[in-house]
Amino acid sequence: MVKTRISALIILIVAVALGYFVYSTEQITTQTTSTGTSTPPLVTTSESSFKFKLGLDLKGGTELIYKADLSNLVSQSPEESMTALRGVIENRVNALGVSEPIVQTETSLSGDHRLVIDLPGVTDIKEAVASIGQTPVLEFKTERPAGAEKDAILAAYKKAQEEATQGKPITMSPLLSQDPNYVNTALTGQYLKNATLDFGSQTSISPAVAIEFNSDGAKLFAKMTAENVGKTIAIYLDGQPISTPVVREAITDGRAQISGNFTIKDAQTLVGRLNSGALPVPIELVSTQTVGASLGADVLNKNVTAGIIGFIVIAIFLILWYRLPGVFAVVALAIYVVLMLTLFKLVGVVMSAAGIAGFILSMGMAIDANILIFERTKEELKMGKSIETAVREGFARAWNSIRDSNVSSMITAVILFWLGTSLVKGFALTFGIGVLASMFTAITVTRIFLMTLNFKDSKFSRFLVSNGFHIS
Amino acid sequence: MYIVTYRKFFLGLSALLVIISLAAIFRFGLKLGIDFTGGSVLQVTYEEGRPDFETVKKAVEALRFDSTTVQPAGDNDIIVRTTTLSETEKDLLLGALSSKGTVQMTQKKFDSIGPTIGRELRTKSFWAILLVILLIVLYITFAFRKVSFPVSSWKYGLAAVIALLHDVIVPTGFYVVYNHYVGGEIDVLFVTAILTIVGFSVHDTIVVFDRIRENLRTGSSKTDFKDTVGISLNQTFGRSINTSLSVILVLLVLLFAGGESTKNFSLLLTVGIFLGTYSSIFLASPLLILLKELQDKKLAHAKK
Repeated sequence: MVKTRISALIILIVAVALGYFVYSTEQITTQTTSTGTSTPPLVTTSESSFKFKLGLDLKGGTELIYKADLSNLVSQSPEESMTALRGVIENRVNALGVSEPIVQTETSLSGDHRLVIDLPGVTDIKEAVASIGQTPVLEFKTERPAGAEKDAILAAYKKAQEEATQGKPITMSPLLSQDPNYVNTALTGQYLKNATLDFGSQTSISPAVAIEFNSDGAKLFAKMTAENVGKTIAIYLDGQPISTPVVREAITDGRAQISGNFTIKDAQTLVGRLNSGALPVPIELVSTQTVGASLGADVLNKNVTAGIIGFIVIAIFLILWYRLPGVFAVVALAIYVVLMLTLFKLVGVVMSAAGIAGFILSMGMAIDANILIFERTKEELKMGKSIETAVREGFARAWNSIRDSNVSSMITAVILFWLGTSLVKGFALTFGIGVLASMFTAITVTRIFLMTLNFKDSKFSRFLVSNGFHIS
Repeated sequence: MYIVTYRKFFLGLSALLVIISLAAIFRFGLKLGIDFTGGSVLQVTYEEGRPDFETVKKAVEALRFDSTTVQPAGDNDIIVRTTTLSETEKDLLLGALSSKGTVQMTQKKFDSIGPTIGRELRTKSFWAILLVILLIVLYITFAFRKVSFPVSSWKYGLAAVIALLHDVIVPTGFYVVYNHYVGGEIDVLFVTAILTIVGFSVHDTIVVFDRIRENLRTGSSKTDFKDTVGISLNQTFGRSINTSLSVILVLLVLLFAGGESTKNFSLLLTVGIFLGTYSSIFLASPLLILLKELQDKKLAHAKK
């Protein structure tokens, strides 16, 4: 008895401490530092790093999904390219000045590689899309050796041309996406160190763009030029050949020049784009989701209110129907809520509208274990057992049902998590954690509290632990 | 117990509900949202009151985007659905909605989903639902492996799955009719709700079956299987009602007080949770008796 009372006390203290943690980490602390008499005091505000992470659908913002085209990879693995791509995109997104942007890579079921970009607070996406999407893809290609492959591509081109002139639909072939004259190499814009505007060219009146590779790029470029002396190499920008210089000698210092028919303005833009980071692979925007901040805030407020009302409704129901054990179940439910909120903060669960709905739903389900136990206790009481035995038996016998039924809920949560758009993941995570946490609070916590009481078998105490319309 | 006595009536009622729902699904069709088909949805709000709707609608339709629908929403909003739009096309649309920037308006929500993503989500959802059902049957068969008398354990799984299909089909039928007459569409949240209903339905059925299992173990072997089921139903009745009552209470709060984006979700769940409870009492258990009777008939036939 003393032991259980101490346990109960510890649980209560921990719960209150967790509650304080949840509350305090939501507050914005304002610090006023006085720097002297003549200057106004410095006011700094700081937010806890444990503040709830809100999804874009609640705080407003944009999620962009890009598909990366990895079909022309030569030497790199898809994972390497995606990491390189993410690095470049992160730079660009950070340059936008958005607070807490998230850039993630993702592989779809069908094997597509994607980039998911979250931009909180951004609803006018024009600027973001422009600076993320319109980055140049710079590629260096070498001459395609004559042979069966070249003939096949040329034949495909010829066929397509004939079909076009005859007004027939063109037979699509993967060969058509290839250049008959040049093949891809490992050298791309990702090896670029910097680009500068170059007017010093003697061969051309129009400005050129001088580029310098990093050490890896320089090695690749040296190898490529050494192997192709006397031949042409092609420099492609965004899939279009812009220059096909003839290699006179191997270039080992990692410097090259792109000369096309640039106007000064074109050349300047190109330099700017190249310097801000060329993309290792082409990307395509496949999905955009934008939620205005006011809409998000409205949903957040309403769902939080619904959660509070939901809690009160359940509490009233539990106490009216289940009497004394009901009161303990409400305490257990409150501990459940505090525990869940703490877990959300510690794990860093991103709260979405669906996630909050899942949490509210899990409150309703959390008390299922309690209801099973209390109904069972009532049956044991009816059979004439003493209160203490009835309570013990109620817990022991309800356990099988609680375990088996919760396994099925966990299966659902895991599969939902796998289904995984960000919206659904939030729901699955809150729901899944909820099932586990509720088993702990509804069973362990309620039992410890009930066991702290010293039941004397009187009509009144039997009334207290019974429920529903059952009086004696 | 009256449920056992009138089990044929309840089985018939459930069958009727399923048939009506299937008919509704075939009649109205599943209205897939852009999550699954790809496309764009733009919602704008006019702070100073919505301009003449017909004028705006004509301006939008003049852009001739594929499969365009223009709808008023709330007091001051307009929602436009189209095929997947590019940035330039979206600008044209915003221009049409604001009469080239002369009308004050803010963009509340813009979703644009490419067809590949939509297709992928459709496949994924389909597999998710199938996988959940399969895993749950396996789990029930496993959990009930020790009670193969008088009804083999896989039959508990079968009865639970039939109840589960009932709990998926009927809310879907309801939602399709709701989509047709009120609004909303089949989106990712619909799938989420359906999977949650599946979880709950089975959860509820297991509690009842668990009690049958316990009573079979402790009860006298002379008691008829039918009566054991009846007793078990009696014992779990209060719990079933109270659990779903508490879940439905919070869902109703969420439905009426919660945010717009989870309204249809809560509605669907309310219907589903109600049916999940109903089916575990009025469908799964009578089914179990039916399966037992079929088994007995077969045995009797074999003995002859």
